[in-house]
Amino acid sequence: MAGLGVVLALLLALANKKLYVYEDPRIGEVEELLPKSNCGACGQAGCRDFAEKVVGGAIIPAQCTVSTPQQRQGIADLLGVAAGTMEKKLARLACGGGHHVAFLRARYAGLATCRAAAVVSGGGKECAWGCLGLGDCASVCTFDAIHMDLHGLPRVDADKCTACNDCVEVCPKGLFSLEPVSHQLWVACKNQADGDTAEAACEVACTACGKCVMDAPPALLKLDGNLVVINYALNVWATRQPIERCPTGAIVWFDKPDTPVKGAAARKILRNDPLPLTH
Amino acid sequence: MKFLNYFRGETFARGIHPPQHKETATMPIRRLPFAPRLIVHLSQQVGRPARPLVRVGQEVVRGQPIAAAEGFISVPHHAPASGVVEAIRLHPTANGPWGEAIVIRVHPGSTQEVLWEQPQYLPALDADELIEAVQDTGIVGLGGGVFPTHAKLKVPKEWPVDTLVVNGCECEPYLTSDHRIMVEQPADIIAGIGIVRQLLGGPRAIIGIEDNKPDAVEAIRARLPDDGSVSVEAVPTKYPQGAGEMLIKTLAGREVPPDSRSYQIGAYVQNVATLAYMGALMPKGRGFIERVITVVGTAVDRPGNYLVPIGTPLRFLLDYVGARDQSLEVVFGGPMMGQAVGSLDTPVTKGVSGILVFRGRDVAERAARKTYPCIKCGECVECCPMGLNPSTLGMLAAKRQYELMSERYFLGTCFECGSCSYVCPANIPLVQQFRVAKRILREKAAA
Repeated sequence: MAGLGVVLALLLALANKKLYVYEDPRIGEVEELLPKSNCGACGQAGCRDFAEKVVGGAIIPAQCTVSTPQQRQGIADLLGVAAGTMEKKLARLACGGGHHVAFLRARYAGLATCRAAAVVSGGGKECAWGCLGLGDCASVCTFDAIHMDLHGLPRVDADKCTACNDCVEVCPKGLFSLEPVSHQLWVACKNQADGDTAEAACEVACTACGKCVMDAPPALLKLDGNLVVINYALNVWATRQPIERCPTGAIVWFDKPDTPVKGAAARKILRNDPLPLTH
Repeated sequence: MKFLNYFRGETFARGIHPPQHKETATMPIRRLPFAPRLIVHLSQQVGRPARPLVRVGQEVVRGQPIAAAEGFISVPHHAPASGVVEAIRLHPTANGPWGEAIVIRVHPGSTQEVLWEQPQYLPALDADELIEAVQDTGIVGLGGGVFPTHAKLKVPKEWPVDTLVVNGCECEPYLTSDHRIMVEQPADIIAGIGIVRQLLGGPRAIIGIEDNKPDAVEAIRARLPDDGSVSVEAVPTKYPQGAGEMLIKTLAGREVPPDSRSYQIGAYVQNVATLAYMGALMPKGRGFIERVITVVGTAVDRPGNYLVPIGTPLRFLLDYVGARDQSLEVVFGGPMMGQAVGSLDTPVTKGVSGILVFRGRDVAERAARKTYPCIKCGECVECCPMGLNPSTLGMLAAKRQYELMSERYFLGTCFECGSCSYVCPANIPLVQQFRVAKRILREKAAA
């Protein structure tokens, strides 16, 4: 028996030598330096895939947006390349309708997830485009970066958000998108109904009045489908000016990456309690 | 000898027996008045939305086409009343996302006669012309499937159909619209069967009616053609007898394999209401502009079977039948498979066969019921007519393992009859979980 063991062990040792596949040892080292969350924010299949591509030179270390600058520099030093820079992206919600400003037309009872509420007549909110507030995004976030605020809207923590795309995929209304922090001008509404209908559904809806378009530099903003659309190709021209006359505060300016500021003319909302059911 | 049927398998396996509540079965069809504004959605069917043919401000007469079919899997829509096109704008639907709709302001003084028709002699038409004639009526599957009927009628040549199964089961509790159509318009149904038989090369037709509707069986039997090509059979009352696959099993003794169509086993199913409207509208060349809808429920003062113009807003209809409670629960369709409606501005569409209205306080107790973890009692497995395992599917859905659900547990064959949710003692919303899972899988397949 012992002899058999020795023979098989030798066979294994031989196979190990014979069938050895050379792999760049740096791939393993780079993988060690990565956050290993396998989030896919970099666009690769996972951290191992990212490490292989970085070592191969196909992508730069900065494309791992989840890692800290120190980690990225560590990878760059190891490989002897420049870490490069990628602008930080954040998940941003295109809705400002918490339950203190958005009217309810029906009460939803059932499975308490946004996905499930969306299949039952689109949920209980009067606005069919708005945030349902049941927190699928908060529960799917691996980095604890999304929390529901007191008005039932998700708040993204700029320090923790890694732009991994999970919340973008889970939202049944498609309200999240990944935006570079330089996109400071932002339309927090997706209601495509005409102005009166939209305002009857939510006090902070975009009514497509066009004041912001008039105040903005040419071609930066335009009206499309009862909404303002920002042309981010001209983002360098963006200023705070367009938000100032917005009557509802649907178009906002991000002073800090996660705190939207409304214009001076925006309707002041003092209410904190949820609105009652309307008919 | 009747008891022997038990061993032969008289009907499909499993299923449930919910309370029937067919209180409106004896109430004749009555006409609902025209609402001041009718809202005709461009997308009331499976497939592409229709393309508007009218401008804002244009006068339309009752029965006139106002939207044309966009491609083959689509249907035209017709003006449900004479009036003026007030707007073409987004409007709430029962599904959730708002859709483009044509709003018609009805002329209050009009006699509302159908002023647009093109009578045609159907036996002279060949198959393609007949399918086109079906499409021109704008009829969709009225049992709730809303798949364009003409597209369903285009059965590939390599699959000969020998049995036309006519679905008169109406197994959903509360609903009686098909029942009343069978009692009051049997001639239209026979005419509709004639059209479909002409298209499919003359298969034998069997009308299956649940045995809780003896008057419907009698009414149709009195009108059967003498050549024996059409027969009526009373089938056991059991939910979901009215699902196509189940009725084929009961009447023709065949089972539809997963991922195949019923015509691949030589059977073709059509709902009685769809056939009745085909038989009534096609010889005259008219469009489908109104349908019979059962309006019933604890909140309704005057329940009944109403002939409702397509596009009637829910708010107007509920006012007319006397449902003015502050808090209502409204469902389009039956209680088992119907769709809860979130807005009273939603108009009636072609696929609505019933409207259930309950007072909020009547359903509050049920809505407040807590959901408990699965106790693995197996009730849902015992009742699933498709032989699935809803319990396992539900647990996988909670873990978001949607691919596994479809690959290993045949989620795709579930037709959402609701039997599992109905029997579940732990009150788990199984069908809702399956609907979510199916929608996510569809989105992934499309991406």
